[in-house]
Amino acid sequence: MALLEVSDLRTSFTTVDGVMPAVDGVSFSLDTGKTLGIVGESGCGKSVTSLSIMRLVPNPPGKITHGTIMFDGHDLLKKSEVEMRKVRGNEIAMIFQEPMTSLNPVFTIGQQIGEAITLHQKLSSREALAKSIEMLKLVGIPSPEKRVKEYPHQMSGGMRQRVMIAMALSCHPKLLIADEPTTALDVTIQAQILELMNDLQDRLGTAIMLITHDLGVVAETADDVAVMYAGKIVEQCEADELFKSPCHPYTIGLMNSIPKIGSGARRLQVIDGVVPNPYQMPKGCRFHPRCDWAQDACRESQPELVDIGGGHLVRCWRAGEVLA
Amino acid sequence: MERYILKRVLSVIPVLLVVAVVVFALIHLTAGDPAGIMLGDNATPEDIARLRAELGLDRPLITQFWIWFRNLLRGDLGDSIFLHRPVLQAIIERAEPTLMLTAMSLLVAVLIGVPTGVISAVKRNTWVDRLFLTTGLLGASIPSFWLGLGLIYVFAVNLAKLPSAGYQPIADGVWGCLRYLILPSLALGFPNSALITRITRSSMLDVLDQDYVRVARAKGLSVNKVVLKHALRNALVPILTVVGLTFATLMGGAVVTETVFNIPGVGRLVVQSVTRRDYPVIQGIVLVIASLYVFINLVVDVLYTVVDPRIKY
Ligand SMILES: Nc1ncnc2c1ncn2[C@@H]1O[C@H](COP(=O)(O)OP(=O)(O)O)[C@@H](O)[C@H]1O
Ligand SMILES: [Mg+2]
Repeated sequence: MALLEVSDLRTSFTTVDGVMPAVDGVSFSLDTGKTLGIVGESGCGKSVTSLSIMRLVPNPPGKITHGTIMFDGHDLLKKSEVEMRKVRGNEIAMIFQEPMTSLNPVFTIGQQIGEAITLHQKLSSREALAKSIEMLKLVGIPSPEKRVKEYPHQMSGGMRQRVMIAMALSCHPKLLIADEPTTALDVTIQAQILELMNDLQDRLGTAIMLITHDLGVVAETADDVAVMYAGKIVEQCEADELFKSPCHPYTIGLMNSIPKIGSGARRLQVIDGVVPNPYQMPKGCRFHPRCDWAQDACRESQPELVDIGGGHLVRCWRAGEVLA
Repeated sequence: MERYILKRVLSVIPVLLVVAVVVFALIHLTAGDPAGIMLGDNATPEDIARLRAELGLDRPLITQFWIWFRNLLRGDLGDSIFLHRPVLQAIIERAEPTLMLTAMSLLVAVLIGVPTGVISAVKRNTWVDRLFLTTGLLGASIPSFWLGLGLIYVFAVNLAKLPSAGYQPIADGVWGCLRYLILPSLALGFPNSALITRITRSSMLDVLDQDYVRVARAKGLSVNKVVLKHALRNALVPILTVVGLTFATLMGGAVVTETVFNIPGVGRLVVQSVTRRDYPVIQGIVLVIASLYVFINLVVDVLYTVVDPRIKY
């Protein structure tokens, strides 16, 4: 059985403008030690999906209205808040996009890493400090004995993201959710952080849910990929398969916008238009207003997610045709 | 850290100098001729001249200032015209009730203001939030003498549980002293808690939206722990600032409250001295209160560095 199995997850926000389905029937699964990439432009519902798994969707206005999230054999949506606290930071850890603001400015690095350790592992504060130093060493921070006593503002963005990773992995979680962990970093640091995450996954056997808007990041790290658009998964398969034969026009559009080194042309091809306002989802396929291949059927009704062979799922009326 | 504190303490000296000049100028340039006022309408010009010479008011202003300032440096604030005693001694005798009243009122204001502010922020836009904000607004609009009279009416006159007037020195028993202070410090502290509630609420709202609050939740901490440990600690700088300001407001408010509750403190001394035109006393009290204010600011500044490690020493 898979470590994480999300089925038909629906999370919506109720605001003065009405009810907005930010995540609308999402299903996927993730095995121990594997990496699942979740890709999509900003506003597609990736963060809300991960916050739903953590049961940290701000409520109000957000609410998980439907679905199951089976983790290690138990439905997280059935757990009480007290039970969830034992899962968070312990069995499922999360790192966020903004390393500059994700650490509390008034506590030292050691205090912040040690907090989760003392909470979940019942270690004394001295043991927790030793463990914090060990974790900092693990994520490649030089002179960790000195760094534990420092405050976040004394570190660079890349260093802070390493600290976040150290903090997230300190209790050996089975699942690490990384929500755009490299987006705020510059390119060389991005590569280092991804490499670190890959390396630690090999050593610790952690499953990773890697959320990003950049297919290029997924190419190097993920085993499976789910592409999200406007709250729904539009294409899902193994990473190799996706890069070999992408089927959904949205996926193809995302691929064309990956910068290719040495391809002379510096201009990126981006998909025209923007992610639809969730309060006014277009009728039919949610992508059709931006799609070059849209036909009448696409404007009429929404396609289902169908298997086009070998577990390659696509949500498109023209999925069978070769689009590229 | 020590160097920062030293630097900050030294920077107080020029401020106090300016305070001294301003206080002197205020009294001597605006009060008219103190001798004439003190002696009243029936005084002969000779009497006035004699008193002026006695008080040194016939000398050039700059000489007067110099003499006053030299004495000030030795801790001599001059003598009271009416009480025939050193001003400093008169102030010290009256200081305890005022300091106790101010401290207790500050405690009341903080104990009401900070928790309601935190709760309002956590329960933003719910009925609890609205209740606290409305009550605070109401409290802030009630003059503290009116609230004082109301409290006296309810607790002292009708329930007869608490003394309605007077003061008992703390040396004669802590509880006895506190009993006298409960009503006045409620009357003074409650209206002043509203600002603390507001600042705490807005400061907490800023902090609660920060990423590190979500990170703390993702670690598995309870909401209460996150609010009280991670959020409140970060919201503390604006709160400290407003608490410092409130302290100053309370010292001003003590004048009225002491009159309502008949407490023999510095505030009463000010009122009496104003009616008696005892300008050395007024001058001395203004100077002492202004210095206290500067000192409170200093303490708040030093506390900033304790609370927030990012503030450069
Ligand atoms: N707290 C919130 N209140 C209202 N709407 C929200 C909230 N958080 C997210 N949303 C909405 O949910 C949708 C999905 O957001 P999100 O999951 O953050 O996208 P992304 O894929 O960029 O991570 C967006 O339309 C966003 O506006
Ligand atoms: Mg996001």
